[in-house]
Amino acid sequence: MTILDGYEMVVGLEVHTELKTVTKLFCGCANAFGSAPNTNVCPVCLGLPGSLPVLNRGAVELAMAIGTALGCSILPSSFHRKNYFYPDMPKDYQISQYDEPINVGGTLELPDGSTVRIERAHLEEDTGKTTHVGASGRIHGAERSLVDYNRAGVPLVEIVSAPDITSAAQARAYAAELRSILVATGASDGRMEEGSMRVDANVSVRRVGDATLGTRCEIKNLNSLRSLQRAVDHEAERQSELVAAGGRVVQETRHWDEVAGTTVTMRSKEEAYDYRYFPEPDLLPLVPEDPWRDRVAAELPALPAARRTTLLALLGEPTPSQRDQVLSVVELGIDAMVTSAVSSGVDPARALSRVANEVAALNGAETLGVDDVVTVLSMEQAGELSATHAKAVLADLVEHGGDPRELAKRRGFEQLDASSLDATIDEVVASFPDEWTRYCQGDDKLAQFFVGHVMKQTKGQADGKAVIAGLASRRSR
Amino acid sequence: MTSLSREDVAHVAKLARLALSDEDLERYTDQLRAVLDHARDLEAFDFESTAPTAHPFAAAAYLREDVVVEGLDRDEVLNQAPAVEDDRFCVPQIIGDAP
Amino acid sequence: MTTAIELADSVRRGETTATTLTEGSLAAIAAGNGALNAFLHVDVDGALSAAARVDRAVANGEDPGPLAGVPIALKDNLCTRGVPTTAASRILEGWRPPYTATVVDRLLGAGAIPVGKTNLDEFAMGSSTENSAFGPTRNPHDHARVPGGSSGGSAAAVASGMVPIGLGSDTGGSIRQPAALCGVVGVKPTYGMVSRYGLIAFASSLDQIGPLTRSVADAAVCLEVIAGHDPRDSTSLQEPAPSLVASLHDGVEGRTVALVRELLDGAAPDVEAAVNASAAVLRDAGATVIEISIPELRLGLSAYYLIAPAEASSNLARYDGVRYGLRVDADDLTMMNVATRTKGFGDEVKRRIMLGTYALSAGYYDAYYGRAQRVRTLLSRAFAGAYGRADLLVGATAPTTAFELGAKTTDPMAMYLSDVYTIPSNLSGDPAITVPFGSGADGLPLGVQLLGPARSERLVFAAAQVLEEGAPR
Ligand SMILES: [Mg+2]
Ligand SMILES: [Zn+2]
Repeated sequence: MTILDGYEMVVGLEVHTELKTVTKLFCGCANAFGSAPNTNVCPVCLGLPGSLPVLNRGAVELAMAIGTALGCSILPSSFHRKNYFYPDMPKDYQISQYDEPINVGGTLELPDGSTVRIERAHLEEDTGKTTHVGASGRIHGAERSLVDYNRAGVPLVEIVSAPDITSAAQARAYAAELRSILVATGASDGRMEEGSMRVDANVSVRRVGDATLGTRCEIKNLNSLRSLQRAVDHEAERQSELVAAGGRVVQETRHWDEVAGTTVTMRSKEEAYDYRYFPEPDLLPLVPEDPWRDRVAAELPALPAARRTTLLALLGEPTPSQRDQVLSVVELGIDAMVTSAVSSGVDPARALSRVANEVAALNGAETLGVDDVVTVLSMEQAGELSATHAKAVLADLVEHGGDPRELAKRRGFEQLDASSLDATIDEVVASFPDEWTRYCQGDDKLAQFFVGHVMKQTKGQADGKAVIAGLASRRSR
Repeated sequence: MTSLSREDVAHVAKLARLALSDEDLERYTDQLRAVLDHARDLEAFDFESTAPTAHPFAAAAYLREDVVVEGLDRDEVLNQAPAVEDDRFCVPQIIGDAP
Repeated sequence: MTTAIELADSVRRGETTATTLTEGSLAAIAAGNGALNAFLHVDVDGALSAAARVDRAVANGEDPGPLAGVPIALKDNLCTRGVPTTAASRILEGWRPPYTATVVDRLLGAGAIPVGKTNLDEFAMGSSTENSAFGPTRNPHDHARVPGGSSGGSAAAVASGMVPIGLGSDTGGSIRQPAALCGVVGVKPTYGMVSRYGLIAFASSLDQIGPLTRSVADAAVCLEVIAGHDPRDSTSLQEPAPSLVASLHDGVEGRTVALVRELLDGAAPDVEAAVNASAAVLRDAGATVIEISIPELRLGLSAYYLIAPAEASSNLARYDGVRYGLRVDADDLTMMNVATRTKGFGDEVKRRIMLGTYALSAGYYDAYYGRAQRVRTLLSRAFAGAYGRADLLVGATAPTTAFELGAKTTDPMAMYLSDVYTIPSNLSGDPAITVPFGSGADGLPLGVQLLGPARSERLVFAAAQVLEEGAPR
């Protein structure tokens, strides 16, 4: 499943992200996921006759933060109406930025060093949610459809890349990096499964060396990074085979069928809509003043690229697998656990490995408090918890929450604080003076003998590495 | 500006979700053509140097603070709807996906 | 007839009650509405309970406001919570909005008593109130004639004495032209002076709400009440309401008033004579009267009949049978939308939706909508030039006195031409007022129009006051 030899793909992505504002883009209704149907509605977001939109300052600010993070110019902008009939759109037009978007021209540098240009990142409103009722539960074959307008009017930023992406893996990396940035800026929670970040891919192919772009297809319904990568790969393969066989690609919108692993026609260009864009007369031009732009820039938190650099610097000379771990903890947004643990005295390699392996594997890792993770890692570092016990406490934290020391105590891990471990080692050493002398003379194999006795004494709760460290430090005294 | 045809009127009626009988189409074409013919007087002016006005007094946007304002009571809203099911607005089957 | 100001004063002094005034208004409506069809809905209970609130306030020694107990007619494109609001369209028949327009809230806050909803051309599209789905309104001065439109119901209600004040909306002259044809004062304020929140949109960049009254002073009081920034309308000016009453008698001495040739072109001789006579009144009051030409005004009509339908085509898309109003059932969604809109909209509305859709559609935008938006710029510049030479402009409000019912219904273009003098102010956003000024050869009322630059309401009202005092009796 990949593009034919002798062809290359050209991909541009359009990413819609819901903004994490308190209220909707043009009204004071709560921007909340999962409320009872049609409870976050008012005359404005229901498009009632006589209602008027009023722009949300918070949404503008998050859009500016996104633009700043992507290196865009933040410009005076305006809103247009995009006209088409659809029942999830209460006014039967969408208010969106058209020829004067707020953010223009930026760049996204991917972890592998490649760059993708950003054409624009503009503000627009989301639609309501349609549920199809009837035999299939899907739009085709449904008997009727039900509309909930809670999501109607939720602010979106649409980020449009230049067609700079040349592989499915790069498309995935771009979306992953963008998601990390959106989460970092606080603009979005980046949850693709819940639809708060939605990706459409424009894919075309051409013979290697051709200067002109091929005809493109737009693929919708990419609900995960994995789907994105698969769909782009599949579409490039489909188009390259079509062209190689002497066929022609038809410009159209295609739908990714996750189960079948194929893209299927949704709508051809002939059916394309005439949106009759025109300036939204109910809204005035948006002019972000310089002090506002400066403040947004100043308040921008550390972005993923900078955070990767920080982590790599902590590690000194990272191995290739550590580099992968750095990438993954930043992508998951759990890298602060590593840096905080290190600044609390935990060994960087241990901190990275625990967070990238153990913490990342937990379902809901991102919900863990950084301080709690740091506490667990510090306890382990100090020998108060074994590696196995540390994992168990982390799992408890995700599942039940609470204070990590309390959780350790409840599980009966608490007796092994650093001083009691020291006392046990001293006791064992004193009990076997001959073995201790031989060990001190260089018989390293005897370390396991002492560990075994310490384990026996502590009913297996001591951390073997900590015991060995304790023995070594006594020997060198 | 070109002259308005019956096909043009049929096309805009479709875009606007209106059904026209043949007789309607005939009549509307004549009437709309008269308005558009009158609008030919706009051709006489030089527009290249003139920016369009979308709004009479284009000051900077008025912005709302991001604070929740109480919305509408769902029952009052749904009471006005032609068809409701499961607290949602009910519409007949949709043929074709959203754009 | 007693003015609204006098009525409110007598309520506040306890000489009469809001309930008495309201009952009087309701009785006049009951007696006269059968012939005029000025009201589509009379809210007896709502009016009487609002009146009782005002009377209680007076009894408690509180000030119920500058419009205490004054019955008011609302054009039926203003949303009123729980009270039917139709925009004179079948598509909204039976709809009871769950919210109230800002202007109505402000009127209630000033002690006014909304007694009902008045007829209009469907969605305010028309100049005769014949385009109402619920039958035409008739001119109180001659029942065979139209009251003008689209605010014909409010104009007829005020002119016939049913209420002292009516609210209308003016997109291309829809307050001023019916006011002139019915012999009352009508004001189109500066765009943004009055909140549009709760006004069912026709053309958003042109629509303004304003009063129709029997005196300039009443219009001033009413406008003071409804004007001022509204955080629910982004296009409302970010400034408080102007104080108009205080400067109402400032006069026009030392002002320059320009008679505008294009605001008289094509006017009937009696209309032209009235405008000239009004200029003489202003001259006698100390103004310098000059004559000027603003050729760009001739383009207004064409620009308007592209911009207004374009915005309307989008504003009226929401009437699709999904959330409120009419639904005509059909097998699938698109067919339901089509059946609903085809049945729910009248002829003129369909015409304008199609015209506007065309003006915005792919390939035609630049030639029509884009061009019209540029004309708008030219027009505003031309007005600015005129205001460099004169403080105010004067001209006709409508080319003729009220015409007969049916006279223009088959020729849309002829109907559109009745707005030729009023349209330019909507395109520029500037204020304008029409003041009754004698009658025509047929004995029907005539109005003279005064125009001023943006935010010049104080000046416009002072000049209107001069005209009112100098008008032939
Ligand atoms: Mg979009
Ligand atoms: Zn809302």
